[in-house]
Amino acid sequence: MATVPASAYLTLAAFLFVIGAAGVLIKRNPIVIFMCIELMLNAVNLTFLTFAFHQPDFQVQVAGHVFVLFVIGVAAAEVAIGLGIIVAIFRLRETIDIDSVNLLRE
Amino acid sequence: MAERLFFFLCALIAISTAVGVVASRNPVRSALLLIANFLCLAMLYFTLTAPFIGIIQVIIYAGAIMVLFLFVIMLLNLGSPEAQQQERELRRPIAWLLALGLFVILVSQVFLVVGAAPNPQPEAGSARAIGYAMFTQWSFPLLIVAVLLTVGVIGSILLARRRSM
Amino acid sequence: MTLSELGWALVRIAIMLGFLLGALPLVIWFERRAIAWFQDRVGPNRLGPFGLFQPIADAVKLFFKEEIVPADADRLIWSLAPALSLFPALVAAATIPWGPNRLLTPVADVEIGILYFLAMSSLAAYGVLLAGWSSNNKYSLLGGLRASAQVISYELGMGLALATAIVASGSLRMTEMVAVQAEPLWGMVPFLHNWLLFTPWGLVGAALFFICMLAETNRAPFDLPEAESELVAGYQTEYSSMKFAAFFMGEYMAMLTISGIMTTCFLGGYLAPVNWSPVQSLAESVGGVFVPLAWLTGALAPPFWFLLKIAGLVYAFVWVRATLLRLRYDQLMNLGWRVLIPLGLVNLALLMVYLMMGWLAALVGYALMLAVYALWAIQRLPKVEHRRVILYAEPHPYTRRTAPTWEQNGSRTVQEGQMEQTHGAAPTEVVDG
Repeated sequence: MATVPASAYLTLAAFLFVIGAAGVLIKRNPIVIFMCIELMLNAVNLTFLTFAFHQPDFQVQVAGHVFVLFVIGVAAAEVAIGLGIIVAIFRLRETIDIDSVNLLRE
Repeated sequence: MAERLFFFLCALIAISTAVGVVASRNPVRSALLLIANFLCLAMLYFTLTAPFIGIIQVIIYAGAIMVLFLFVIMLLNLGSPEAQQQERELRRPIAWLLALGLFVILVSQVFLVVGAAPNPQPEAGSARAIGYAMFTQWSFPLLIVAVLLTVGVIGSILLARRRSM
Repeated sequence: MTLSELGWALVRIAIMLGFLLGALPLVIWFERRAIAWFQDRVGPNRLGPFGLFQPIADAVKLFFKEEIVPADADRLIWSLAPALSLFPALVAAATIPWGPNRLLTPVADVEIGILYFLAMSSLAAYGVLLAGWSSNNKYSLLGGLRASAQVISYELGMGLALATAIVASGSLRMTEMVAVQAEPLWGMVPFLHNWLLFTPWGLVGAALFFICMLAETNRAPFDLPEAESELVAGYQTEYSSMKFAAFFMGEYMAMLTISGIMTTCFLGGYLAPVNWSPVQSLAESVGGVFVPLAWLTGALAPPFWFLLKIAGLVYAFVWVRATLLRLRYDQLMNLGWRVLIPLGLVNLALLMVYLMMGWLAALVGYALMLAVYALWAIQRLPKVEHRRVILYAEPHPYTRRTAPTWEQNGSRTVQEGQMEQTHGAAPTEVVDG
């Protein structure tokens, strides 16, 4: 039976994770950095579900799905707070370019 | 055969939209490409017999979180051409090099699970099984995530509130 | 998937799309005629019998209009937005069963049926948001932001109403939800079906869902984002010709789809209100001509009842639009977040009370909720005091010789029952209160 091997899913997840990581390092707009973080979280979700699919034990499979739900929930809370912080910074400084909001550095 | 074709198509779209998110200079286009990425990933979740997680991904990630992103981008007016600047040129090659290194490390570990047999259990991905596990075995983490979400809601309202002068 | 499965799937898709696209002109015509009758005028009656060809004429007109692209608009997103608005409206109806025959309905009998609809309605927020943004027009931007904020706010109320329906049916699968409603009413009455509407949580949930339905499709009284009298035309301002037609079609198809969801979850789907199966088995046992007759009515009744219920809900949509005043935006948001979501949560909690402690406890709970609401509403009524005010009337202007002064006009309050005589003019009595 020609099914898709686990390594294909895992390679795809690794690729998405790495692209997200590169985006976090490259981009200057914090909102786009957030989006790349979401990309990384989704790659992790894909990894979790791939491993859950290949589990022999039923309860561990379900645990994989439950954990993905928790990751989605945590990502949602993090996005809400993060975007709130960005909006607050923008109100204060009229720019959100992360290279210019470096007051704590000096 | 059809499954491989479907996976290949979804993976191709997922990879190209992910590269587009990083490469695009317009945040609105990045957001739209990310939405397309999430929809592709949801379809991949469906092939992994996780229909509940897949549809939750569409409802929450593509349907709510990205709307929030677009709201913030539009309210801060970051999509207009004046607000986009060039990234510093030195940063890019280092970032891509680090990314390549990380990719090599991850993929080298991937091929250790070549022998794993797929165990498709449609019942495991159903709402019933997930809900049961969430309220019995994983009830404590569920409560913690609930508190976290409440804190997130209250915190974001407090952060974005205008201080009345 | 075998070839025959694929073939039947294509037939189901064709039926669903055919219904949506075919019912669309009918709904548009009906809305214009019905609103006209509400407003004591006739509505379109020139084109075709009773004006039935009016939507076709509208479509032809829109097709031939010039398409104006705003300068400095983001071309790709501007062209994409109507498609993004139309696509979820077309595919959201894929899990709605309109009959018991599983080869013909629903297009996809997936386990997560109702969540699929929620997912597609979440995606509907993007069309308006991107349309408003990409038009490079501040009125469109405001309209788009407001419309999408309204959509995502009322999604929560809708989700809570659907959560009530899901918990009451015990399954996310829409065919299962209809099958649960086929049981005898309240478990006791054998000839009536147990529509969710006939239970207290179903009634509150259906009312909640109806209000959220109006807000999700941007219909009156929640149509501030696309109101013609404010914000120009909201997010649709810069769209003409077929792109505007796409928004227009998407709105009406969303109306049909969401009416389908409401009938499936709360109104018993394709079930008749009365359970005819004893009559049907009687007819089949009689034999002869009654057997094909029973089969025919059994086959035609479910789609008929489903269409009847959808027609009733569309009529309710139009009725509400013609009757109620448009809500201001902050009133709209207030209603969605501070009234409907708590109501949905209380309803869900009372459903849990029913499931854990029986129907008596749940009825007591609903009575308590009604009592609390009644007390709050009564103490909020404005205090009215009864008094009579008599206005001094100016003498007839043609008989006056001098200019009037302030002292000659005035009013004073008298006790009830007293009449006052002014100098010459008849007092005009105004009763206040």
